[in-house]
Amino acid sequence: MKPNVKSVENQVEQVSDYADSKLTSVEYVGPAVKEMGEKKRGKLKSGYLERENILAYVLVAPAVIILVLFIAYPFVLGVWLSLTDKTVGHEGHFVGLQNFRNILKSQIFLQTVQNTFVYTGVATVLKLVFGLALALVLNRHFKFKRLVRASMLLPWIIPTVLSTLAWLWMFDATFSVFNWILVHLGILKRGLVWLGDPHLAMVSVIIVNAWRGIPFFAISLLAGLQTISPDLYEAADIDGAGSFAKFWHITLPMLMPVLLVVLIFSVIVTFADFQVVYVLTRGGPSNSTHLFATLAYQVALASGRLGEGAAISLFMFPFLLLVIIVQLWYIRREQ
Amino acid sequence: MGDINIQANYEQEVKEVTYPGIEGGLTRRQFIKTAGLIAGAALTEGVLVTTTPKIAAPAIIKGTKLHLLQWSNFVPPADDEIRRQAAEWGKQMGVEVTIETINANDLQARIASAIESGTGPDIVQMLHNWPYLYASGCVDVDDVAEKVEKMYGGFYKQIRDVSFVEGRYKAVPYHIVGAAMTYREDWFKEVGAEKFPDNWDEYRKVGKMLKDKGHPFGQTFGHTFGDAPAFAYPYLWSFGGKEVEEDGKTVALDSKETLQAVEFIVALWKDVFDETGLSWDDTSNNRAFLSEQISCTLNGASIYFVAKKQYPELAKRINHAVMPAGPAGRFHYHVTFEHAIMKYSNNVEAAKEFILFLMDKPNFYKWFEIAEGYSVAPGPDHENHPLWQKDPRMLAFKDIGKLGKAIGYPAPPTRSASEALSKYIIVDVFARAIQGESPKKAIEWGASELRNVYKS
Repeated sequence: MKPNVKSVENQVEQVSDYADSKLTSVEYVGPAVKEMGEKKRGKLKSGYLERENILAYVLVAPAVIILVLFIAYPFVLGVWLSLTDKTVGHEGHFVGLQNFRNILKSQIFLQTVQNTFVYTGVATVLKLVFGLALALVLNRHFKFKRLVRASMLLPWIIPTVLSTLAWLWMFDATFSVFNWILVHLGILKRGLVWLGDPHLAMVSVIIVNAWRGIPFFAISLLAGLQTISPDLYEAADIDGAGSFAKFWHITLPMLMPVLLVVLIFSVIVTFADFQVVYVLTRGGPSNSTHLFATLAYQVALASGRLGEGAAISLFMFPFLLLVIIVQLWYIRREQ
Repeated sequence: MGDINIQANYEQEVKEVTYPGIEGGLTRRQFIKTAGLIAGAALTEGVLVTTTPKIAAPAIIKGTKLHLLQWSNFVPPADDEIRRQAAEWGKQMGVEVTIETINANDLQARIASAIESGTGPDIVQMLHNWPYLYASGCVDVDDVAEKVEKMYGGFYKQIRDVSFVEGRYKAVPYHIVGAAMTYREDWFKEVGAEKFPDNWDEYRKVGKMLKDKGHPFGQTFGHTFGDAPAFAYPYLWSFGGKEVEEDGKTVALDSKETLQAVEFIVALWKDVFDETGLSWDDTSNNRAFLSEQISCTLNGASIYFVAKKQYPELAKRINHAVMPAGPAGRFHYHVTFEHAIMKYSNNVEAAKEFILFLMDKPNFYKWFEIAEGYSVAPGPDHENHPLWQKDPRMLAFKDIGKLGKAIGYPAPPTRSASEALSKYIIVDVFARAIQGESPKKAIEWGASELRNVYKS
């Protein structure tokens, strides 16, 4: 016992010697740095950068400038425009809430509000369900796992306009490949008018949006799944939990933070979507697929009423603000 | 051989005019006029003028740059010809000319941002009534437009109305892509129609027989910029319906004439049209026609051109006709093209010269021949062009420009008319009724939307 204690004491001594030597070396370096700092300070005639509270602002400034230039300025300009009767090439005059009153009188606009909520709601649920299912499948071990995971991202990587053009062909009234299959399998007598019927047109744009968004959900949720410790599942196995119990009591709660962030992000992007509808239907037939963004584009650019167009897109703001507040509140609660 | 000789003579003649002209103080404008006359004379003799006389550039524009933005023509060789002419003019004048072509649907976004930022192309090609929308950003071009007007024997009403904004030309009328009924002559004859139906009742009768035989007519009522309004507006006008009174303020859609038109379209839809049409864009009817799914559709000459190249047998069975007349007459709505010079441009003089060069008859008609009549001149002058003798199947397009009216008719084609067009209100009145809404309700909906648009 004794020699052991002795050796431990020895070791402690050694360690403390080493620490001392380190300390001395730090003490030795310290004044040198201090000196250099003083010299610099002398040159700059100011020590502001030395102070943490000022340095922090300096470091954060580039990001703030970018945010102000590209987010805040356009936003404030958008708010201002929505309160004016600005048209392309003409000075706008302040008209208060006139634009908002006008668009609320338009049935096209009211229909657009309804369309946007249906579109966002249904597409998001589809993306969530299929994205989660895909993530669970991809989280297993199988051959060519990496290849499959990578290729799954394709719909999300291809520029939306290009992939949507391909969908446009698949929905084509005359040459739809879906119709060809449905008719040749004997399921239907004649093909469906995918983009010509108000309900089917909405179904079509939702399908394309979901198809494009599922990989984003899947890959984000897959990342989330991989952070869940296998120990939890092993413990559950020992307790005799079934796969649904494991999913419900382990996977879902552990995935919740990632899931919510992905969900909120997707709602925002879907709500403000433009490309899918613009390429497939331009809001038709009879405005059954117009979203805020496509209607705002039509009014602001095709008829040059920038003020009214800005007012239409600003209608998105309260809803998106609500979504963001929920998101921030959730993140804080987690912390 | 004979042609070549005449060509050589022409060039010699031009040379003789050129040198004394410039030395003798002949202005460039006078010169172009003279050259134009000679060229015109040469043309009537059936000679195609391929070279343009060399002339000295006005000193002010030498060494400058000029940028023209236009749509990608549906007849690509026509764009090549514009580029060739631009290069030729640029070389003569010492001006660096850029011709930029983009999708017609993207032009408006470019124009709006150019005007708002005060920078961009010097000349922008406008479509429809855009000179009205962007008037405040465009230079007055009365001098150029009036010269062109004289050259082409006046302007067709539709293209004049959209370019002439509150007493000034804000753009120079350029050309018109005529829309005509493109139909299968062979199938029409099979059901006893030797000629294309002259009025809507006959149209319905023939159409019903053809649809019963599995050859429906095709017409889009979707949100697409060309074919949908090109049918819906003149159809409405031909019944005496109108969106607004002549004052351009009082919404007048809710009328018994409109009701008649809407009720009739519902019947047409059932009896005559291919029911997939609600989803069509501007290319769908081309495909449906070429795949022999439909027997008639309103379109530019592009279906026929594609058939001539790819399906010559089918091309022989295609013919064109003007739209049927309604109780109030016969109307058309064509896509018109205008050249506008932007106010921010610091090369207005060169821009004017260049537009005049493109509109100079030898140049314009060279381009016109390459497009084979797909686009017609802004005025009736081209109606005597030998091209129309070449292909009788194209004859319907010859004077179709005369039947065109601008949107908003009978009111001026104002910003509100444009907004009504871009919101597809008139198209959707028909689309809603076709989808089962009562015609009265569909019209009420349209009138209320129009009141919203015309309020300011």
